[in-house]
Amino acid sequence: MTDMGTWKAHWWKILGVLLIVYIIVGGFLFEVPELPVIRQSIRNIYFHVGMWFGMIFILFVGVVYSLRFLLGGRTLDDTRALSAVQTGLLFGVLGLLTGMLWARFTWGAFWVNDPKLNGAVVGIITYLAYILLRASVDDSHKRARLAAVYNVFAFVLFFVFIMILPRMATSSIHPGVDGNPALATGDLAPQMRLVFYPAMAGWFIMAWWLFSLLFRTRKLRDGISEYEETINTPTHG
Amino acid sequence: MDGGWQVMKYTHVKTLIRKELTLEWRQKYAIGGVVLYLVSMVFVAYLSFEGIIPLQTWNALFWLIMLFAAMNTILKAFVQEHGDRYLYYYSLLNPTDFIVAKTIYNALLMLLMGGLGLVIFIAFMGNPIQSMGLFVVNILLGMTGLASVLTLISAIASGAKNNFTLMAVLGFPLVLPLLLMLIRVSSAAMGGSAFVPLAADILIIAMIILIANLLSFLLFPYIWRL
Repeated sequence: MTDMGTWKAHWWKILGVLLIVYIIVGGFLFEVPELPVIRQSIRNIYFHVGMWFGMIFILFVGVVYSLRFLLGGRTLDDTRALSAVQTGLLFGVLGLLTGMLWARFTWGAFWVNDPKLNGAVVGIITYLAYILLRASVDDSHKRARLAAVYNVFAFVLFFVFIMILPRMATSSIHPGVDGNPALATGDLAPQMRLVFYPAMAGWFIMAWWLFSLLFRTRKLRDGISEYEETINTPTHG
Repeated sequence: MDGGWQVMKYTHVKTLIRKELTLEWRQKYAIGGVVLYLVSMVFVAYLSFEGIIPLQTWNALFWLIMLFAAMNTILKAFVQEHGDRYLYYYSLLNPTDFIVAKTIYNALLMLLMGGLGLVIFIAFMGNPIQSMGLFVVNILLGMTGLASVLTLISAIASGAKNNFTLMAVLGFPLVLPLLLMLIRVSSAAMGGSAFVPLAADILIIAMIILIANLLSFLLFPYIWRL
């Protein structure tokens, strides 16, 4: 039994799952160039870089919703921004963990004192601070506005930080001195692009899916608590 | 939603800054407190290092002490204003007047702090700076920059509970890019660098200041009446 409406609403999730399966199979089995030191660990690029770009993508989505909330005043847009930041945090932590694993096998330690690694930590602290800010305001309308303003301010400054990191990174051992490792043509062996580009698409879709799930559960929960409030509050007169 | 910002008025901004300066002059405890804080911090650093300290440590200590002085000072910009007084401001001012005046006033205060800090630091810890001109330019930019980034953060933190913790937590990651650039330029200035090789770095600092001010100007109207 097929329902065209359901299919239209959900095809991208199936595509996402297929892409992730393809990335896992292709990422581990397809041929990669054998380079000194990095050797087979280059396969991590499909995961580590994908997580990082997925994080940037979903954080950008969050900023768009924060701006939309400020301009339109609809609380649901603020809830969307929160869900996007939470998704971004998860992707950021995963990116950090996959990066640490990679560092262990190429640089010899889980953590090295490198400007780019420290930059990633600053990014995560920025968004943990966002969560903390929300927790410190009781009034929901006030919370939404303060959080939205901080989100926009933080995203732009964090972006500036990412842009100036390469300047600090004259001694960095992390690749990508001028910004975007793996994206520049010539950085990546042609056969690896067969997995790398689908990997980007796959992680973007996963980020979006997780974000929409978080948003919808939150909306449901808030809706129920509002409903309970209205039935529990005795009305006088 | 009362979003959207109107054109700011120059006279309003001037009057607000004058009001802040007058208040500060009458109740000197705010400035006095921070000066005392500066002296005691530098003295603690002096006691714990005895004698000559390495250049890098001098530099790091200087900026850390400045950063915390900035957080302490700038947090007061909004926390000190009482709820009732805001009602008066709402009827007189545009939010843009308010944020511009607060930022300029904070920058003035921070410049004073930077100058005093430098003098106290040199008095206690010695003067290892070889290009004093560049170092001073860097302090001028740095203090303006700290005021630019932290003023909006102060406005946000004043709307929440446990202000001071929040100010530090929200401010630290956002001020870090600026701080790293400042430390870079100032360590070059200590080593006797000329201006030209650092022109790009100084331009980046100026850009950060510009971006932070532009964002404060555009975003503050949305948290003006909460």
